[in-house]
Amino acid sequence: MNLSLLVLVPLITAIAVLFCRGLNGVRWVSLAGVTVQLLLSFGLLVLYWRERAAGGMGMLFESRHVWFKPLNIWYHVGVDGISVAMILLTAFVMVAAVLVSWSVQSWSKEFFVLLLFLSGGAYGFFLSLDLFTLFFFLEVSVIPKFLLIGIWGSGASNDGPSARTPRASKEYSAMKLALMLMGGSALVFVGLLGVYYSTGGAGGPHTFDWPAIAHMQLPVDVQRIFFPFLFVGFGIFTALFPFHTWVPDGHSAAPTAASMFLAGISMKLGGYGCLRVAVFLMPVAAREYSLVIIVLATIAIVYGAFATMMQKDLKYINAYSSISHCGFILLGIGMLTRTAVVGAVMQMISHGLMTALFFAAIGMIYDRAHTRLVERLGGLLKVMPFISTVFVIAGLCSLGLPGLSGFVAEITVFMGSWQRTGEAYRLATILACASIVITAVYILRATGQTIMGPVKDPYYNGLADATWNEKLAAVLLGIGIIAIGVAPFWLSDLLRF
Amino acid sequence: MSNYAYIAWIPLLPLAAFVVLGLFGRKYLRSFSGVIGTAVVLTSAVLSLWAAYEYFFVAGKVDGVYQPVIALKVAWLSFSPGLSIDMSIILDPISVMMIVVVSFVSLMVHLFSLGYMKGEERFGTYYAFLGLFTFSMLGLVLSGNIFEIYIFWELVGCSSFLLIGYYYDRPTAVAAAKKAFIVTRFADLGFLIGILILSFQAETLDFRTLIQRLTEPSPQLAGDVMGSFLGISLLSWGLILVFIGGAGKSALFPLHIWLPDAMEGPTPVSALIHAATMVVAGVYLVARLYPVYTVADPAVLQVILYAGALSALLAAIIACTQTDIKRILAYSTMSQIGYMMFALGTFRPVGAEGALGFTAAMFHLFTHAFFKALLFLCAGVIIHQVHSNEMRDMGGLRKSMPLTHGCFLIACLAIAGIPPFSGFFSKEEILLAAYNANKLVYAVGLFTSGLTAFYMFRLYFSVFWRLPGGLPAGAGHFEGAEAGGGHGEAPASMKIPLVVLAVGAALAGFIPFSRLVTYDGKPMAPHAMGLSVIAPVTLALLGVLLAGYLYLRESDRPGRAAAALSGLYRLACHKFYIDEVYFFITKKIIFNLIGRPAAWIDRNIVDGLMNALGALTARISAGIKGIQSGRVQDYALYFFAGIAVLAVLFIYIYT
Amino acid sequence: MSQVPLSHILFVSTALFFIGMYGLFTRRNMITMLMSVELILNSVNINFVAFNKYLYPDKLEGVFFTLFIVAIAAAEAAVAIAIIINLYRNLRSIDVEAADEMKF
Repeated sequence: MNLSLLVLVPLITAIAVLFCRGLNGVRWVSLAGVTVQLLLSFGLLVLYWRERAAGGMGMLFESRHVWFKPLNIWYHVGVDGISVAMILLTAFVMVAAVLVSWSVQSWSKEFFVLLLFLSGGAYGFFLSLDLFTLFFFLEVSVIPKFLLIGIWGSGASNDGPSARTPRASKEYSAMKLALMLMGGSALVFVGLLGVYYSTGGAGGPHTFDWPAIAHMQLPVDVQRIFFPFLFVGFGIFTALFPFHTWVPDGHSAAPTAASMFLAGISMKLGGYGCLRVAVFLMPVAAREYSLVIIVLATIAIVYGAFATMMQKDLKYINAYSSISHCGFILLGIGMLTRTAVVGAVMQMISHGLMTALFFAAIGMIYDRAHTRLVERLGGLLKVMPFISTVFVIAGLCSLGLPGLSGFVAEITVFMGSWQRTGEAYRLATILACASIVITAVYILRATGQTIMGPVKDPYYNGLADATWNEKLAAVLLGIGIIAIGVAPFWLSDLLRF
Repeated sequence: MSNYAYIAWIPLLPLAAFVVLGLFGRKYLRSFSGVIGTAVVLTSAVLSLWAAYEYFFVAGKVDGVYQPVIALKVAWLSFSPGLSIDMSIILDPISVMMIVVVSFVSLMVHLFSLGYMKGEERFGTYYAFLGLFTFSMLGLVLSGNIFEIYIFWELVGCSSFLLIGYYYDRPTAVAAAKKAFIVTRFADLGFLIGILILSFQAETLDFRTLIQRLTEPSPQLAGDVMGSFLGISLLSWGLILVFIGGAGKSALFPLHIWLPDAMEGPTPVSALIHAATMVVAGVYLVARLYPVYTVADPAVLQVILYAGALSALLAAIIACTQTDIKRILAYSTMSQIGYMMFALGTFRPVGAEGALGFTAAMFHLFTHAFFKALLFLCAGVIIHQVHSNEMRDMGGLRKSMPLTHGCFLIACLAIAGIPPFSGFFSKEEILLAAYNANKLVYAVGLFTSGLTAFYMFRLYFSVFWRLPGGLPAGAGHFEGAEAGGGHGEAPASMKIPLVVLAVGAALAGFIPFSRLVTYDGKPMAPHAMGLSVIAPVTLALLGVLLAGYLYLRESDRPGRAAAALSGLYRLACHKFYIDEVYFFITKKIIFNLIGRPAAWIDRNIVDGLMNALGALTARISAGIKGIQSGRVQDYALYFFAGIAVLAVLFIYIYT
Repeated sequence: MSQVPLSHILFVSTALFFIGMYGLFTRRNMITMLMSVELILNSVNINFVAFNKYLYPDKLEGVFFTLFIVAIAAAEAAVAIAIIINLYRNLRSIDVEAADEMKF
């Protein structure tokens, strides 16, 4: 299986879209492209399983090409179980995102091109085995986010009695997101350079090659210095406390498809980077810093959940809840037990699907009701049953109901975290467990007020339910969530490393 | 050895009903959904009865002892080799008894709802949710893995939420559904942490292996692995936390606040979930882990004992003052579950006699399911007729609904513990076990059984007697012949379950329960009813007579009695102000002291820091932008200054 | 003829150079700035010729440089005047402070 196909297909689709005329051409070409990508991802999954069953070890389907010889930079791609799972996740979310954006009218060509570039960056990131290539793909995906939010976004709701919070315009949110993520990338780059220059021993050639570096033991003092750079840099992508403030404004100001991608995939770039680059390459430093990571992650989980309770805007609720859920990812990585790390990856996938579904539902509601404020909405179950059911399912997944993917991921993290004995770790695990109650509170408050109850505004009675494309997007993501929730063994086997 | 694999169909059929009715019930199947749902649960019930017959009478016993049987085991999610969640089905006396109870009561409720919920717009969705609940509850009682039971535990909670909030456009229903879910979730947190502790100690999640490892202390377990925290061993913590999880689901004090509000749901739902099945899940959980509870620190069982007794007493007191028929029944449920719990807490390590509490609790669970479901379904018929839940809108109904009257009377006699009805037998065993274990708890149980008789017959007399005959003028929204559908008391689909349950409530006491369900599987001989029955029966009869004195006819005697006990009456009427306490804690403390500051800190301090960084950068930039003044001479100056510096550098420093 | 010491000539050229620099930095009239630049260039010329005569009398490279500088200074003056005339047409002033549009 030629893995570069997975990077080329989005690129080619983007270029093809540039040549399309008219809204229909743009939409259908994009949909065709992402569907092809989804099929390729499934193909990759099947081929991967077959290879593993036949006894293949290490990274599979590798391919290398020289990129810049003087600095020993190669284009090196390969997959293992975690990469395959992340690629599949990205493919699912992208198809749903394209479907949900069916009604974007203004500058639709540019919108889809930027979205496809974003995804191309993500695919490349998950495939890369060369640190420089990895960083390259990481950077590819930052600028499109800025443009997507700044042009097609919507600012914080300034209507209603909650106007005492300052208005966060979409330009401000876009700027904040782009600058903070670039700050993260800058830290990552410093870390990468540190790693690069410490490879090669005495006078030998430096290398960016991940498998090679993983085999050599980096000197401990190098690890101690550069691990924080790498971890914090990637962590900013995954809403590491206290650098998480780009999430609420950024996700809420973004258009629906961009929110789905941002919360679903882009936050996982950080988690994946933390795991693959920071922890795998610097295990000694990881163990030394693990308590700090765990403390920050626990703060994110609990504090993020409490902050969510107070939000009044649906998108802000979901954004803060993403901070809380992504705290589980960092907690699992920080605990450094095998089960906890597998749980962290499961949480990446589960949360990706779940938050994409949630943002899709909120986007559908916002398109129709023109408000995201919880106090303004009410009784939507009677008016838009499909969208409301999607909302409820996403909410139940968020609070970790068994049968949906969120539960599987969370309990794996809990079980894995509990295995690390020591009072501080146990306390962190208990606090993380306590968040299931707080999550239930805010999800049910939001659901109870917006979905259930009497219809708040007679205007809502005339609203239409989901259109075919929205239904398809929701069903696709829902199938993913339920598949993991009901039959998690396929995922845990995939992630075994 | 029989092949029990067909047991898997018992929960799976209702799941299929949920999926089919959930997807298609709204648009395509409508009124046919009820028949589908009922047929499916009928099949499950038949299979359960067959399984019970096979297990108890044909193949279950090995050497005269009932052995647990693992019917099915499928790996579901494995954490590490040896530690995995399996979907496994365990058959032992309590699980077989429970599937009979659950599927049977569910069948009665399905049947009853055919008539009760007829004409509802979301008829299909209702039956879908009932199917989901039945699946979850059956899965719960068949679970052979502790995390599996947690999975079904949560699913049961979710079904309860969906069903309580069935009339979703009523804000009270929505609030009640939220409350139920959140309170039980809070308890589930304890359950989860308990699971983590116990599974870490025993390094397994499978019930049989877990129990085996925790009850036979091996050197490694007794050593430093079983640490302690705050002076209590970790094992005890795990067991207490698991009990807390059970307490939430079973509405034990003080986690009971959700149960009365849950009466916002349709009455058949209350009958199924909040009377007979879901609320006993906590009792079942403790029973499932009973071998571990019995070898652990006796303080754990003491906690269970006192919590149960307290719950039973408080609920009975509150029930004496309530006026909403469903709320009275809800508090009555809480009280009876308290009985079951403290029965479990009466274990003494003195051989077979010491575990009488276990059998007694299970027996009471069995009989309670019958008479409580019957009570709720009768209440449903009454409410259907009178269109109101309040007792003062009812009265003298014995003439207009004779069948309901008879069934209700049987149920009241059963719950009051009057022989020869079923409640008498099960309550006797509980009180006997309590007498042998702890005299204080025995006294509480005795007093509460008197109270039970009193408030149940208060309800009975107020609803069916109080007035000469016929409904009081101006009662509810009585639309003449339209009330009740114009076909008399109730349609057949609503009458049959009442009759069947009444027969059960009357005769279930004669089942030789202790031969079938005991703590260690060895059948015990049924107890001869000796002198110990005198005290409870006398108290019960006194309660009945007192209720009759006060409520048989309309009078001011109740008012005077209430005035005489005014302080206690007011306290009980307001349910001991527990709801207010919870409200205070959540709204004032958690929201205001934790939630609001968190959001404020995030927006102003953490985000403020980032914004400050941006502002700082902007300020520095504004400061140094003056260098680019646009004036050529300034540039020329910088140019030459630079040359001068470089010249000095190169001439004087680098030579 | 007694040799004038090289240092005297270098003093003159250095003085000329710094006078030219001062004029370049402080004068507001663009033509005057141009004159100061010419001063700087000519001071360099004096340097070249002096070094050529005193240090390498039998070579002529210094003088060649001087000729180049003279020619280039002339060309540069022509171009500068052209620019000043254009600036005057736009700004109606030959005050160098008026031509500050390329600021922040």
